[in-house]
Amino acid sequence: MRAWHFSENAYPFLPPAEDYPSIRVTLPNRLYDPKKGAALYDRFLEEWQIAEEEGVNIMLNEHHQTATCVDPAAPLVLAALARLTHKARLLILGNPIANRRQPLRIAEEMALIDVLSKGRLEAGFVRGVPTEILPANSNPVRMNERHWEALDMIVQAWTSNDGPTSFEGRFFHHRNINIWPRPYQSPHPPIWVSTTSASGAAQVGAHGYIQATFLTGFKGTPGIYDSYRKGWREAGRAGEVPVNRLAYAAMVYVADSEAKARAGAEKLLWYITANKVSPWFRNPPGYSPVAANVQMMLGDAAGGGFGNFGGNASVDAALANGTMFCGTPDRVFEQIKKFYHHVGGFGNLLLMGQAGFLDHEETVAGIRAFARDVYPRLQEEFPDDARSGRDVAAAE
Amino acid sequence: MLRLGEIELELHEAGDGPPLLFLHSGGGFEPEDAFVAMLARRYRVIAPSHPGFGHSSLPDWMDSIDDIAHVHLELMDRLGLRRVKMIGCSIGGWIAAELATKTPDRIEKLVLVGPEGVKTGRRDQLDIPDIFALPQEEMARLRFHDPAKAKIDLAKLSPEQLRIMARNNESLALLVWEPYMHNPKLAHRLHRLTMPVLMMRGASDGLVSAEYLARYAKLVPQARIETIEAAGHLPQLEQPEAFVQKIVAFFNEGV
Repeated sequence: MRAWHFSENAYPFLPPAEDYPSIRVTLPNRLYDPKKGAALYDRFLEEWQIAEEEGVNIMLNEHHQTATCVDPAAPLVLAALARLTHKARLLILGNPIANRRQPLRIAEEMALIDVLSKGRLEAGFVRGVPTEILPANSNPVRMNERHWEALDMIVQAWTSNDGPTSFEGRFFHHRNINIWPRPYQSPHPPIWVSTTSASGAAQVGAHGYIQATFLTGFKGTPGIYDSYRKGWREAGRAGEVPVNRLAYAAMVYVADSEAKARAGAEKLLWYITANKVSPWFRNPPGYSPVAANVQMMLGDAAGGGFGNFGGNASVDAALANGTMFCGTPDRVFEQIKKFYHHVGGFGNLLLMGQAGFLDHEETVAGIRAFARDVYPRLQEEFPDDARSGRDVAAAE
Repeated sequence: MLRLGEIELELHEAGDGPPLLFLHSGGGFEPEDAFVAMLARRYRVIAPSHPGFGHSSLPDWMDSIDDIAHVHLELMDRLGLRRVKMIGCSIGGWIAAELATKTPDRIEKLVLVGPEGVKTGRRDQLDIPDIFALPQEEMARLRFHDPAKAKIDLAKLSPEQLRIMARNNESLALLVWEPYMHNPKLAHRLHRLTMPVLMMRGASDGLVSAEYLARYAKLVPQARIETIEAAGHLPQLEQPEAFVQKIVAFFNEGV
């Protein structure tokens, strides 16, 4: 199993949530103090460097017009990390390609970072959450189609190395594709795609890309991984899906005592609790399929993700629903092991290890406790090339 | 249902008399609405559901209001409608304006009710409030003179009605998202609307303002504006009698 330290680079110094309707999309940026923001970037970059020192890989993401993730141009931060680090794999998860107008530019950015980092890039692509739609002015209808077409163009750009090619798709057009530099890794960096839906996972599986899912817990994750495996098989891919194709993101905090771990975990819950969003930004028309919208109109909204909590976030609830692993090293190892077997195995653990007011010392302590006292056991117990599958995992 | 190229088009017809093409708003066409029967007493009302609305299909290559105008033009050909009166409400008005710029000679008289379609105001201010970024209560206030009329009891709707409602909403977003509620080219084509044009709005319409409609009307050679009291963005629903009466009077002028 490979572990990745992930921080959303949140800006937590906000007025009480009662004072604003939404932390995303509409929160005025006068509330952002650039001096405090600069200090936060120093700190978050250093935490990623410490993760590297401890043998943990690095993951970052991108959101727009929100205090929850002040990294609206992840490739820029990734470029900095490419020079500040030397051995960690660098995962961007990811590029919101359905919301960006020029896939070729993304192919260029990723190739550049791959060369800058001497082949350490893991290139992730995300559809983006509903609150990204308005900041991008992106049409919420046919996002999925745009997403896959953009990704096809990016792969074409990475793998066409003999002079110009062209691409004339439904959404994107380029008559001269001939990027410099080309990626360091051949034929291209590993590709990740995140999705929290079963239909999305089947498509990712059909392509054989690495599937990541966030906070989908005991309830949602097995179906997503099953769909991935189904998509993989139906596309005629050989053999069983190896666990290294699957990733799971959870809030993780490890400490040498339950009390300390619990204190850290309480702060990590900021991920869930500081996500006040106006309802009309949560579901722009077309973002979810018509059938899902009918279910929502009938008051039967689908669970999963932040919906796991139904408005009552607590460490106990998060532990129970599988969105958080926290405690002493022994306990966290057992929690992850239980989750691993429940979902049929996964080879990448994305550690949401910093949030809100979890300060630098606490964050670093959590990274170190995980890296030193849990990670080696995970690597030993769950080899990267193990086969995934709920029946397979049970048999083994 | 009618097949037009790749599209399965749902078509409602009611009444006898001179042909009247009615182009519905973003909420779709409801044949039971009172104004339909009132119009049908005098005219042959021909009301297609736009592609993506009601039961009409939506091919994946379609994504603009102008695409819809082409479909309805083809519908006129198919039905042998040489010349029609035309009413368009809200985005139906936008579609009607696009259509009429293509074949002005085939539109005898045109009624645009709370139409969108042009950008007339400042660059740093939306002409039409962002309907996809407002609370329901605010939307009710902007759309209706009496916001209580916006309330829909979802529990009383069939799964099929709910499906259509959700799909209409999705198709609306697809068509008007960007540029928001306008086609930058339409304003430069409106001089081709040489027929008499009646532009109407509800006095309480919070989406299409009086200023917007006045600027829109300036782009149309023979336009005049009328206001329907005690109505919002959908005067055909809130004040069907006044709505029909003003339209009939307009259609009867010069006859």
